[in-house]
Amino acid sequence: MSGTFVGMPAFPKAAHEAVGNTTLRANLKHATHTIRDKRAKAVAELDDWALLREAGKQIKDHTLRHLDTYLVQLEEAVTAAGGTVHWAADADEANRIVTRLVKETGESEVVKVKSMATQEIGLNEALEAEGIHAYETDLAELIVQLGHDRPSHILVPAIHRNRGEIRDIFTKEMGAWGRPAPEGLTDTPAELAEAARLHLREKFLRAKVGISGANFMVAETGTLVVVESEGNGRMCLTLPETLISVVGIEKIVPTWRDLEVFLQTLPRSSTAERMNPYTSMWTGTSDSDGPQAFHLVLIDNGRTDTLADEVGRQALRCIRCSACLNVCPVYERAGGHAYGSVYPGPIGAILSPQLRGTASEIDASLPYASSLCGACYEVCPVAIDIPEVLVHLRERVVQGGPATRQGNKVVLKPAKGHAAERAAMRTAGWAFVHPGALRAGQRLASRTRRFHPRTLPGPGRAWSATRDLPQVPAESFRDWWQRTHGTKESGK
Amino acid sequence: MSSRDIILGRVRRALGDAPRGDAQASYETAVDRGYRREHGSRTTEETVDLLAENLADYRAIVHRCQDEEELPYLIMRLLAARGPRYVLVPPGLPPEWMSAADPTRVHDRAVSTTHDLDAVGSVVTGCAVAVAETGTIVLDGSPDQGRRRITLIPDHHICVVRVPDQVVSSVPQALERLDPRRPLTWISGPSATSDIELDRVEGVHGPRTLEVVLVSGE
Ligand code: SF4
Repeated sequence: MSGTFVGMPAFPKAAHEAVGNTTLRANLKHATHTIRDKRAKAVAELDDWALLREAGKQIKDHTLRHLDTYLVQLEEAVTAAGGTVHWAADADEANRIVTRLVKETGESEVVKVKSMATQEIGLNEALEAEGIHAYETDLAELIVQLGHDRPSHILVPAIHRNRGEIRDIFTKEMGAWGRPAPEGLTDTPAELAEAARLHLREKFLRAKVGISGANFMVAETGTLVVVESEGNGRMCLTLPETLISVVGIEKIVPTWRDLEVFLQTLPRSSTAERMNPYTSMWTGTSDSDGPQAFHLVLIDNGRTDTLADEVGRQALRCIRCSACLNVCPVYERAGGHAYGSVYPGPIGAILSPQLRGTASEIDASLPYASSLCGACYEVCPVAIDIPEVLVHLRERVVQGGPATRQGNKVVLKPAKGHAAERAAMRTAGWAFVHPGALRAGQRLASRTRRFHPRTLPGPGRAWSATRDLPQVPAESFRDWWQRTHGTKESGK
Repeated sequence: MSSRDIILGRVRRALGDAPRGDAQASYETAVDRGYRREHGSRTTEETVDLLAENLADYRAIVHRCQDEEELPYLIMRLLAARGPRYVLVPPGLPPEWMSAADPTRVHDRAVSTTHDLDAVGSVVTGCAVAVAETGTIVLDGSPDQGRRRITLIPDHHICVVRVPDQVVSSVPQALERLDPRRPLTWISGPSATSDIELDRVEGVHGPRTLEVVLVSGE
């Protein structure tokens, strides 16, 4: 996986620095707590939440288990609807394909909808190297791009910036990219949004090429789905003549009907809304409505390697709702940048080391960026057992063992230079080395919350030593559910 | 070997541990669909009320209209209050709806460029279906709704929903009614962002005002 944050310090170091940044900590705390509380209310509105969650998990597991079949079916459906499908084994290939497609249009500018897949492959940088300017059009991404910065949250990528900083960035930078910020711009959110509206509208109206990701792809019909709030997605998806969508191969669902599950769970988990303001769905091209050329670039870039790992493959169920970030006590303090990847928080801690391997210091340290409190698993709308995968990956880092890299089976050596981790593993005792015992042990940990550590385990201790971790609820949601609803969920 | 073959080959090797069988056949039993088709039980009238409530909760402005006779006058008043010079109409909008409107009508096909479209103040459309539980209207590009771009660029969108015919309770019921081959736009309230310190601001790129007219059948 290229386009990563080269030279990132390992998580404990980056986190330590982030914790010292008081603006960041205050913003993050406000953001995560606000979204967290609202989300709980939105979820409580649906009395069948646990069933929707289970169905979402089952749909994704089934899809992953038959991923080859559904990819081929999707390709056929998209092609039949007038689109063209491209396959990219890694980031470089995806970037080459997109660059070529843009060049074939004769354009040197593209407008982009926020997409984690294109961030993951470093598309903007690759396009820039070929003389093509990629404009991010999501307000937060615009703030990040103009601020020469990196996103720090999946959902609210500029959460580390406050309104004064945003005003300064707009005033200073907008002119160099197009329409300058209005004279005397103040820092009220309404005025800042208006400045962004005017700045970006100029770009939308002249754009000939749009680039997007997708939240879902329906194999049966060839339909792509993008979920958003601002309308910049609709602009990029419908105004340009050419649309290029870059999507990870795990984003498939088998049938049209499956959307009924995710369109209920995603908005509520993500922005805590009953429904996000805009959802666009398109199937190939339509006569005179929207782009007349549609390209779908399917990317692997480590996903099949992740699929090969029996414990870790569940990370591919992720629908990028970001709920796990907002409940994570480690994320709340460390912030998104400390994870050194476009995927921050608990999901990033298990996804990045799988997509990229654990060779680098930052990737090897990510499985330790957690207190294993289990809150991420409880909110996850597709029931990814993040703590289970974290522990599995810790074991991988410390002990080495079989893994798959670019489709080849390899045997990893124990990571060098992870004395801290090895020490942590030793103190954790034999449980970590015995996955079976471990699961029981870990559940035990979340059920003996009175004894929950007040500092983080492993290398995280250094920076949590002087700070209290938030109280873990006396009873987990899962325990409550089991107590009040019988054994429905006991399968896991 | 093409990348297609490489990726499909990797997928098959990655799943070597898993007993698989036929995807479509096992799909039927793979997913427990025990979740609800709709939440709560309501009369038709209550479903329409819930739609109105949830639309308003997401800052859409909701109007009720007893019959189609009254509709042209309501549309006239809504447009007059905003005072656009031009109002855009999709090709299949019932002409009666606009019979009392003052602003100059522009037809979908006439706005050939996005800059033409940017000069239009308001747009009036029908819809394909509305979802009560989420406060969502769905457009599917039918002749009374027009192309996706026309409800995106003008700053003011008036959407007429025929009640109760076009109203369903839930997302699962809405998907059942929709044709995936059409381009679909689901709209829940006006465009909004919470990117600046989580303060909600309406109207970043899409229409800043969404007015929904619930018109009762003949
Ligand atoms: S892991 Fe689960 S909770 Fe976290 S972003 Fe993915 S789907 Fe959401």
